[in-house]
Amino acid sequence: MKKDRKHLSVSAIKDGTVIDHIPAEKLFNVISILGLDSIPNQITFGTNLESKKLGRKAIIKIADKFFKETEINKIALIAPTAKLNIIRDYEVVDKRQVEVPDEIIGIARCMNPKCITNNDSVVTRFRVIAKPRISLKCHYCEKITDQENLEIL
Amino acid sequence: MIRNKSLVSINDYNKEDYLAILDLAEQFESRPVRNTLQGKVVATLFFEPSTRTRLSFESAVNRLGGRIIGFSEAGTSSVTKGESLKDTIKTVSNYCDLIVMRHPIEGSARYASEVSGVPVINAGDGANQHPTQTLLDLYSIRKTQKTLDNLAIMMVGDLKYGRTVHSLLQAMSSFNTTFHFVSPDELKMPGEYKMHLENRGLKYYEHKDFTDILPEVDIVYMTRVQKERFSDPMDYEKVKNVYVLRNNMLEQTKPNMKILHPLPRVNEITEDVDDNMKAYYFTQALNGVYTRQAIICSILGLDQK
Ligand SMILES: [Zn+2]
Repeated sequence: MKKDRKHLSVSAIKDGTVIDHIPAEKLFNVISILGLDSIPNQITFGTNLESKKLGRKAIIKIADKFFKETEINKIALIAPTAKLNIIRDYEVVDKRQVEVPDEIIGIARCMNPKCITNNDSVVTRFRVIAKPRISLKCHYCEKITDQENLEIL
Repeated sequence: MIRNKSLVSINDYNKEDYLAILDLAEQFESRPVRNTLQGKVVATLFFEPSTRTRLSFESAVNRLGGRIIGFSEAGTSSVTKGESLKDTIKTVSNYCDLIVMRHPIEGSARYASEVSGVPVINAGDGANQHPTQTLLDLYSIRKTQKTLDNLAIMMVGDLKYGRTVHSLLQAMSSFNTTFHFVSPDELKMPGEYKMHLENRGLKYYEHKDFTDILPEVDIVYMTRVQKERFSDPMDYEKVKNVYVLRNNMLEQTKPNMKILHPLPRVNEITEDVDDNMKAYYFTQALNGVYTRQAIICSILGLDQK
């Protein structure tokens, strides 16, 4: 019964990727980080769905799109709880969890206002020095940006 | 391998690299004037003034027969006309074999090294790194103690913002050093550096003043406590005389003990210390020339002669 109700909230796709368990307030960050706002694929999403773990979650279904690991891991910084279902012919053929990568390029802002990345047109780059509570070491100014100060570009 | 590699951060080098530089610097100390850099051009790009550091680099290059181009403050260069750092570096790297740069923005030297066609030596990028200072500190420590291993170092003053103490801590953590941190509460050594020592199994102790541990240490590394660092001027007034080293405090100290300071000094070492055999800060500055000669020649691959 429960399962059926869930399926009603967002329509099923034949082939593609379902990104589930996104914190509802991060939905639009995820869309922009993955560049979903500028691809031609059919996309449906639902948000403010009930979730025991997250309170309110969002879900995105992208038809005919399969992500590379490096691509999808970009969202790990803001949606570490996200889970992927890979769909082929209406069946879930693979389930994956996002993983925080060892290096983050772009995406996050360095918390040091004196950093070159905040003063010049230089793309940010960090080494991830702690997980799952994220701690990022800036490749340029070598300062650490921690979870509390993490800001997505 | 150091050759053709930029020196942006002390973390770009490992223990073997430090020792190779110090060995070479020793050779330059015994014979500082050579023609090793004949036909080479070194650009010194000082986007903010630092006369002391610039003169040390330029002396190093001149004594080796190299030529210098560059500017000593951004006001006199195309930078004021709005040219980007990238464009300046890309252009200048056409004219020289090596760039030495100082810039107020943190991370600027790393970025420059990524767009430059020639190696870059960081001569200070804001509060971040100043690796040649650290190498000359290591040289001074090894020269006075005959070793870098198993020493006790006391760092005094502004340990929160002082980049020289942070870099020295990182470098010395390869040599089983024991650290004593002496600072006001407002300027304590940041947690990330203490964690670095813990991860390496090294001992450190934090103190609010230095008198009773002075006799135990081999090196006292003094830094300036600046008024601007305190949000409440009263807090500065309370501590400003606590972190001052005076000659009468040195009586019980070890015979091998030496006092270092990255200079310039304000009042944190009284002038009566200058004549004490344990004062080493002026010689430390001279060592900077030999160390920079060694760094430049290593990066240019001219260290074999
Ligand atoms: Zn940074």
